[in-house]
Amino acid sequence: MDWFNHLNPDLQFVLLSAVKVLAVLFLALLPMVAYSVLAERKISAWIQDRVGPNRVALPLLSGIPFLGSFLTRLGIWQPIADGVKSFLKEDFTPDHVRKIYFWLAPAITLIPAFLTVAVIPFGSNLGAQKMVIADLNVGILYSFGIVSLGVYGIVLAGYASNSKYPFLGGVRSSAQMISYEIAMGMSVVSVFMLVGDLNLSKVIEYQAGTTLGFIPNWLVFKQPVAFVIFLVAAFAETNRLPFDLPESETELVGGYNTEYSSMKFALFFMGEYANMIVSSAMMVTLFFGGWTLPFFGLDQRAESAQWLTGLAHIGIFVAKMLVLMVVFIWVRWMLPRFRYDQLMDLGWRRFIPLALANILATAVVLFLLNK
Amino acid sequence: MIVKREKLNFWERLYLPALAGGLKVTATHLVNTLFKRGAVTMEYPEQKWTVPEGYRGAPYLVKDQDGATKCVSCQLCEFVCPPKAIKITPPGPAGQTADRANAEKMPLEFEINMLRCIFCGFCQEVCPEEAIFLMKDYSLTGTNRAEMIYNKEKLLELGGVHHDQIKKWEHKLDEAKEQKMFPVKD
Repeated sequence: MDWFNHLNPDLQFVLLSAVKVLAVLFLALLPMVAYSVLAERKISAWIQDRVGPNRVALPLLSGIPFLGSFLTRLGIWQPIADGVKSFLKEDFTPDHVRKIYFWLAPAITLIPAFLTVAVIPFGSNLGAQKMVIADLNVGILYSFGIVSLGVYGIVLAGYASNSKYPFLGGVRSSAQMISYEIAMGMSVVSVFMLVGDLNLSKVIEYQAGTTLGFIPNWLVFKQPVAFVIFLVAAFAETNRLPFDLPESETELVGGYNTEYSSMKFALFFMGEYANMIVSSAMMVTLFFGGWTLPFFGLDQRAESAQWLTGLAHIGIFVAKMLVLMVVFIWVRWMLPRFRYDQLMDLGWRRFIPLALANILATAVVLFLLNK
Repeated sequence: MIVKREKLNFWERLYLPALAGGLKVTATHLVNTLFKRGAVTMEYPEQKWTVPEGYRGAPYLVKDQDGATKCVSCQLCEFVCPPKAIKITPPGPAGQTADRANAEKMPLEFEINMLRCIFCGFCQEVCPEEAIFLMKDYSLTGTNRAEMIYNKEKLLELGGVHHDQIKKWEHKLDEAKEQKMFPVKD
C-alpha cells in the first residue's frame, strides 16, 4: 500500500471510489439481482405449494455428498442458467420498431437503478473508508431525481416498440409515476423535518440509540404513516404487484417489454429487480436505521481499527434489506392487480392528502416540543 | 342469486385488515410447504402416477409361463390395427418353427410403430393366443423415428411373462402327448 500513499489525495479518492463502485456493483448489486430472481421464484413456489427451480446442477459441485444435492434442490445454480440463456437467445428486433429508442430503452431502465446506489450508506466505516460511494449532502434529492428517470426507459420502450400493448404499458407507467412520485416525496418530507438534514448518513445517525430502553429510535416507529406511504409508493415505483400496470401480462400481453427478447428483455428484468433492491435499501436507510442495530453498541460508527464491526454493519444493512426484499416478493403473491383508476385514486385522493396531513401533524408536534 | 354488499366500516375500508389477512394466508402456505405438508408437486420423471388397472398403455408381446413366444404369427392384429402400426414378418414355409410345442409357427419379426399406435386395444382384443397386451407404459420416448419402431425382441422383453390362469395349451399338450399326435415335439 506504500505506492498508494504516495499518490495525491485526489487520485486516491478517485481510485478508492472506483473500487467501491466496482465492488458494490459486481459483488453486491448484480449477484443480488440474480439471486432475488431466484428468491422470487422459490418463494412464489412455496406460497403456491410448489417446489420451484430445482434442476440446475453444476458438474463438480453437485457431486458433493449431501450439500451438492441440497443446493441443487434449492436452485442455487439457476441464475447461471438464466443468465446464459438470455445471452444465447436470439436478439430479435422487429421491423416496425424505432430502432434507436428501442435499443436505448433497456439501458435507460437499468442505469438509474444502479446510479441510486451511490448515495446509500451501506455500512459505517471499513478501515478509514466511509462505506458509501458518494456522501452527498442532498442524498435524498439526488436519489429521487434519478429514480424518476427510470420510468423514461419504460415509456420509451412503449413508444419505441410502435405497437399497441407496449404503448399502453408505457402510458400507464407514466401516469402511475406521476400519481405516486408526489406522495413518495411528501412522505419523506416529514422524515427530514425530524432529522433536519438531507444527508442519508445523518439520517442514520439520527436513528441510533433507543427510546425507553428497548424501542429502537428508528423512524418507522416515529413516522409510521410516512413509512406506509413510502412503502406503497415504492411498490408502484418499482412496478411490482399490486401496481404492475405497465406490465399487466394478463391484459397487455407483456406490457412495455412485449417486443423485447434476449438480453434486452433481461435488462428490463434486471432493472425491475435492481429497483426493488434500491427501494429496499432506501427504506432501510430512511426508516429502519440503516446499518445500525441498537444493541451491543452497534449503532456507533466503527473506528478505523474495528474491521469486524465495520463488516458487521454491512451485514446488518444487507440483512435488513433482504427482509424487505422478501416482503416485496411476499406481497406480490398475495394481492391481485389494482385497476387503473383505483391506482390513480389511491395515489391522488388518498396518499397525497394523507402525506400532507402527516407533514402538518409532524410540524405541529415539532413546534409544540420546541416551544 | 343476489349477493348482499355489506357496508364496510372505516377500519375495513383502510384495506389494512384485508392486507393482513392476505399476508397470513400466503405465509401459512409458505410455512406449510416448507416445514409441514411439503409441496403438492409430483416431480414427474422421478415420481409417476400409479396407473389404474385396465389402463390402455403401449401394446407389448408376452411370453407364456415357460418363457416361450405366445404369438403364432396369425397376423390378425396386423389386419385389425386401425393406424397400421403393426407389421409382422411371418417365418415362411421353410422358416423357423415355434419355440413352444403345440404351435406351428412364430413370427420372424414383429414390429409395432409406437408413433402410429393409438392405444386402441384392438390387437389385444383380436388376438386368439392372448399374446399381445396393452400394458401400463404411457410415456414412450426416443430420439429418432427409427427408435420408436419396437421390434419383436424389444416387445417381448418389455412384455415379460404372462401368467395365464387357464393354461389352455398346457392341457392340450398333455392330451396330444397321450395320443402321440402332431404337433407334439419333445
